[in-house]
Amino acid sequence: MAEEGWEPKIVAFCCNWCSYGGADTAGMGRFQQPASTRVIKVMCSGRIDPLHVFNAFLEGADAVLVTGCHIGDCHYVNGNEKTEVRYEFLEEMLQQLGLEPDRLHLNWISASEGERFANFITDVTAKVKELGPSPLKPAGVK
Amino acid sequence: MTEQEAITNEESEEVRIGAFICECGVNIAGAVDCNAVADYISTLPNVVTSVVNKYTCSDAGQAEIKNAIKDLNLNRVLVASCTPKTHEPIFRACVEEAGLNQYLFEFVNIREHCSWIHMWEKEDATKKAKELVRMGVARAALLEPLQSSEVPVTDAALVIGAGVTGMQAAMDIADMGHKVYLVEQGPSIGGKMAQLDKTFPTNDCSICILGPKMVEVARNENIEIMSYSEIDEVDGYVGNFKVKVKHKPRYLNIDECTGCGLCTEKCPVEVPYVEFDEGIGTRKAIYTPFPQAVPLRALVDKSICIDCGACIKACERGAIDMDQQETFSELDVGVIVVSAGFDVYDPEPNHDFGFGLYDNVITTMEFERLINASGPTMGKVVRPSDVKPPKRIGFVQCVGSRDKNSNIYCSSFCCMASLKNAQLLKEKYPDTEVYIMYMDMRTPFRMYEEFYNRARDMGIRFIRGRPAEVTENEDHNIIARIEDTLTNEIVNLELDLMVLSVGAVSPESTETVRQILKVSRAADGFMMEAHPKLKPVDTTLDGIFIGGMTQGPKDIPYSISQGSACAARATRFLAQGKALTEGITAKVDEDICVACGVCVPMCPFQALSIEDDKLKILTALCKGCGTCMAACPTGALEQSHFKNEQLLAQVKNVFAYGEV
Ligand SMILES: Cc1cc2nc3c(=O)[nH]c(=O)nc-3n(C[C@H](O)[C@H](O)[C@H](O)COP(=O)(O)OP(=O)(O)OC[C@H]3O[C@@H](n4cnc5c(N)ncnc54)[C@H](O)[C@@H]3O)c2cc1C
Ligand code: SF4
Ligand code: SF4
Ligand code: FES
Repeated sequence: MAEEGWEPKIVAFCCNWCSYGGADTAGMGRFQQPASTRVIKVMCSGRIDPLHVFNAFLEGADAVLVTGCHIGDCHYVNGNEKTEVRYEFLEEMLQQLGLEPDRLHLNWISASEGERFANFITDVTAKVKELGPSPLKPAGVK
Repeated sequence: MTEQEAITNEESEEVRIGAFICECGVNIAGAVDCNAVADYISTLPNVVTSVVNKYTCSDAGQAEIKNAIKDLNLNRVLVASCTPKTHEPIFRACVEEAGLNQYLFEFVNIREHCSWIHMWEKEDATKKAKELVRMGVARAALLEPLQSSEVPVTDAALVIGAGVTGMQAAMDIADMGHKVYLVEQGPSIGGKMAQLDKTFPTNDCSICILGPKMVEVARNENIEIMSYSEIDEVDGYVGNFKVKVKHKPRYLNIDECTGCGLCTEKCPVEVPYVEFDEGIGTRKAIYTPFPQAVPLRALVDKSICIDCGACIKACERGAIDMDQQETFSELDVGVIVVSAGFDVYDPEPNHDFGFGLYDNVITTMEFERLINASGPTMGKVVRPSDVKPPKRIGFVQCVGSRDKNSNIYCSSFCCMASLKNAQLLKEKYPDTEVYIMYMDMRTPFRMYEEFYNRARDMGIRFIRGRPAEVTENEDHNIIARIEDTLTNEIVNLELDLMVLSVGAVSPESTETVRQILKVSRAADGFMMEAHPKLKPVDTTLDGIFIGGMTQGPKDIPYSISQGSACAARATRFLAQGKALTEGITAKVDEDICVACGVCVPMCPFQALSIEDDKLKILTALCKGCGTCMAACPTGALEQSHFKNEQLLAQVKNVFAYGEV
């Protein structure tokens, strides 16, 4: 179990056209959420390389979020369909490394879905808090 | 020094970052201790200066950035403020003015992504802001200059949907001297306004003011109307859209048909006219849409045609061609305006207020057709059950609007529409008892509150409350049980006809267009603008604009204003004749690439191919999504501005050893 007052650190990859906008809309709507998450913007969720996700875990992420446009809405036709395929592969790899499934999430969030974004962050943060720090987190990392 | 040399020079220099932390008044400073952020950032490698501004985007703030670039010889600039969606272009232009390549600018969002979502956790918010800026500093150090390319703009516009909004947009663009293709899915232009009887707040006849406008559109030499047509595919980007339009078969030669109607007279098949008369009147299998239609041409409804050949015999011009197939045109346009309008909310599935159960419960759109002098009853208001004139009529407001069970938004035109119809009834049949059952009457804008007062003066009765229960008696009269929340009384109102004031919803056909164009969808289902205040008719996509009901519920004056706004915004590109495209594309390192071809099928735009054992990138086709490089097993592919090392530097700097 996690020590008292421990806050998880979550890395969220967001695409420029949808989920980054969703995070913006959450802000505009003042939807409060835990300060656990750091957004990294890419143009399309299709840019998110499994390497980036592994790396985030190796650097110390307690959870990683892969997000993009709803299927059918990708600004580049179908980048997110490729994301979906890569995500399945990622899920399997991480399970073999002994990571709990709740540390990796895929979610499609449109630019208008601010509340959905905020709820997502709130839910994942709560789940990861239950789990405690990631087993892959190097010692001393905050 | 050439530009290329200048760029190479910048590259070889030591990295000198200037960081500007914006307080945004109290928007950021209210939750984030900006001075603490600036202090922390000043300790990071490569940071030459780190300052706090009250408003970085103001003239003074921008001047400070430009001066610092010159005085401190900065070669990277980072601003930590609001969202790049609105402010990145401003700061990019600012650094360019001071001689720095715009791609050497880094934006960190500490408002939407920090101060506004952690409003009461000052400590957490400040710590997070420090880390977000630290990530940005790491990324900034690795940024490389890029050139955005200037592309020529095709001098033509596409307008999708020819309601009053699209007509206005098309006319304004055409009058500024540009070619417009006006694509309308229905057989006539005009949209919903063509169906209305009168229009508030002046109660002038709708088709009498719309009809001449429709003729004007048809006459305009710069406008090419493509009626009964739909958008099939759209490819390209601002300045250079390639559009495939599908022309549905009318089963007659539109150049031969004169709209005389001889065919219609002879056609033996008659069905309720749902598309225009809301099923109250009828039409034949071959019909012209309505007397003022533009183009005034017939069409055949093949789903009910019995192939008797009567129309073919009747047509004196041999216009009918029952073997006609759908055809396609390819258009090149520089800009696109979407004005695809709305549908009215359908109360049938949930039987709202007895709709669909009792004959004498109808919608306002049906009522518009009933009271319309050129409608199926010649303007005589009768009720469906016995075709008798109703003596007691009640309007129920907010049906399908402001309701958790259907749509939470206000449709905005329906209060005024019911006030209008109630007034028209009183004028036509002074003895009729007219009731409006409402939650709130909403009448902003010029002459609207006066319009409401006029309705009160005319003796229209307002009941604050909506029916909790609706039943029907043996005479097919409607009994509405309402709690009047002004008098605290339960009223059992017996009505001969009850009219549901239905709101607006975004139609499914619009959803198809939205997905083809990749315009965002707002929470209410309508298309989403780039910014709710600053860019009400822009989308996040350069060169694509939205107006009228497509962007959300609104009345005719507002729709027309947005049509003109779309025209003005769109014509900027056409008038300039050129547009800038992002410099973000795929790049291959030929020394690493083994020409395995794994990336080739990943590209949605066919920008990649293997030729002579080498990967070839057609940069003109690449839109810089980055999907290919995530598949490359060797790491030979890179996306400029989102290089692996840049993204990984951000990842690394999420985490810190020791205290921030
Ligand atoms: C009952 C009722 C009464 C009203 N009364 C008034 C009034 O008195 N005064 C007032 O100011 N406002 C009134 N309004 C509101 C008014 O109807 C709208 O403001 C106006 O019609 C909006 O115009 P528009 O062009 O944006 O949309 P629309 O009128 O819906 O036009 C959109 C057009 O686009 C076409 N289209 C849709 N999808 C596609 C596609 N995929 N491809 C090509 N074409 C497409 C449609 O066929 C249509 O012709 C009323 C509305 C209702 C429902
Ligand atoms: S840059 Fe953004 S955050 Fe700063 S003042 Fe302007 S609007 Fe506010
Ligand atoms: S970045 Fe996207 S558009 Fe460009 S080549 Fe790669 S997959 Fe195609
Ligand atoms: S652009 Fe959002 S997933 Fe492709």
